Amino acid sequence: MASPTQKRTRIITDQEAENISRVEELAYEIKVNEVMTKDPITLAPNMHMREALEIFRQKRISGAPILAGKDNLVGILSIEDLIRCLMNTDLEASINEYMTTKLATIYYNDPLVEALKKFVATNFGRLIVVDQDQKMVGIITKGDINTGLLKALEYDYQEEEVRKYRASHLFEDIESDRTSLILRYNIKQGDFTTGGQASSNIKRALVRLGAPKQIARRCGIAIYEAEMNLIIHTTEGGVIRVEIESNQITIDTYDYGPGIKDVEQAMKPGFSTASESVREMGFGAGMGLVNISRCVDQMKLESVWGKGTRLRIRIFLDDRSKESEENES
Amino acid sequence: MILNELIEIVDGYLHNEKIDGSIQILGGCGADLMSDVLASIEPGAVLLTGLCNPQVVRTAVMADVAAIVLVRGKIPPPQTIDLALEEDIPLISSPFGMFELCGRLHKAGLPSLEKPVEGEQDCGC
Repeated sequence: MASPTQKRTRIITDQEAENISRVEELAYEIKVNEVMTKDPITLAPNMHMREALEIFRQKRISGAPILAGKDNLVGILSIEDLIRCLMNTDLEASINEYMTTKLATIYYNDPLVEALKKFVATNFGRLIVVDQDQKMVGIITKGDINTGLLKALEYDYQEEEVRKYRASHLFEDIESDRTSLILRYNIKQGDFTTGGQASSNIKRALVRLGAPKQIARRCGIAIYEAEMNLIIHTTEGGVIRVEIESNQITIDTYDYGPGIKDVEQAMKPGFSTASESVREMGFGAGMGLVNISRCVDQMKLESVWGKGTRLRIRIFLDDRSKESEENES
Repeated sequence: MILNELIEIVDGYLHNEKIDGSIQILGGCGADLMSDVLASIEPGAVLLTGLCNPQVVRTAVMADVAAIVLVRGKIPPPQTIDLALEEDIPLISSPFGMFELCGRLHKAGLPSLEKPVEGEQDCGC
């Protein structure tokens, strides 16, 4: 029996680490005892092969550990051993004549990847899972590993699905004459490092709420440009307030200065008051407000020089609200 | 074109440790002005840029950019790498310049995903 206590070293090069998939990650995260078959069906060495055949058939298994007495593991019997016996038409023989006595074991607390390695190295169909006292606690097959990995992957997938599901039902589950969800973000002036975080969060929230991809993208771009404006142009930052309703998204951004001298001029493509350092960062091309207006259905920019600026934009989620807005105007 | 092929063509270094190399890159866009990117790029494109600040990643998130390639061997600051890891956006440094990169990728069959922007004749400069 291999010693499970021997020291193992696992070294992964950076190059290998780059190619690791989620399945491989899980093979390191999940332990053998989480997917193994506990309390497997066991056979005794003095039973007839005919009995083994019958048990394999009834229980639909392809192998079983052979125990002498209560817990003395002496071998393992697999379908292949049974086939050998059938070819010899020797079903009256006892199990100990056909069982395999060479055993591959795996420590119950090992990650799945260790079991996979042993399967590759030994070509065995199943491994005996042992605890720290070398006592058998279960068996593990390649099938157990597959099932375990698939379950874990499904769980990963479901977690995000459940989040989306819960969020998307928000508007259906709560009854009122007009339900809305309001998100507020305080934006600091000059904060280029975390700038854009509010927009990222809003975009993610919209996706979770079930907004179509195109809508989430349009909102994201518009809010990001507005957020960068607060970071670049204000004296002390400002606030983004997003109101999400089932038929529309309304975004207000406001600040307390310095305001825009000439709103009409500010709306012109290419007009910018941004400093050279801001331009070096890829902003201040004078396209921000133009981009916003391209992404939204309604836009209103008000500013008083010396006081502050307020930008209200709106995106409609269905054609009906768009039409009623057109009729109103 | 998948991400791994693209990395090979641009002789790139991928900063992300874990990324799915089989994601599809639908086309490309090259720009240094983030507002230009936001205005013109279509979803699923690789963004070629000379800018290395975190806002490049933010812009990519907003515009559904599939991957970012930094030109002329630029190594981004740690904040940019951290954000790319957090947002799961592939961030690649390539030794080639912008023109060479556009040429290589276009030659390999990658179409342009920069859509024309209406009403931009008057750029005000």
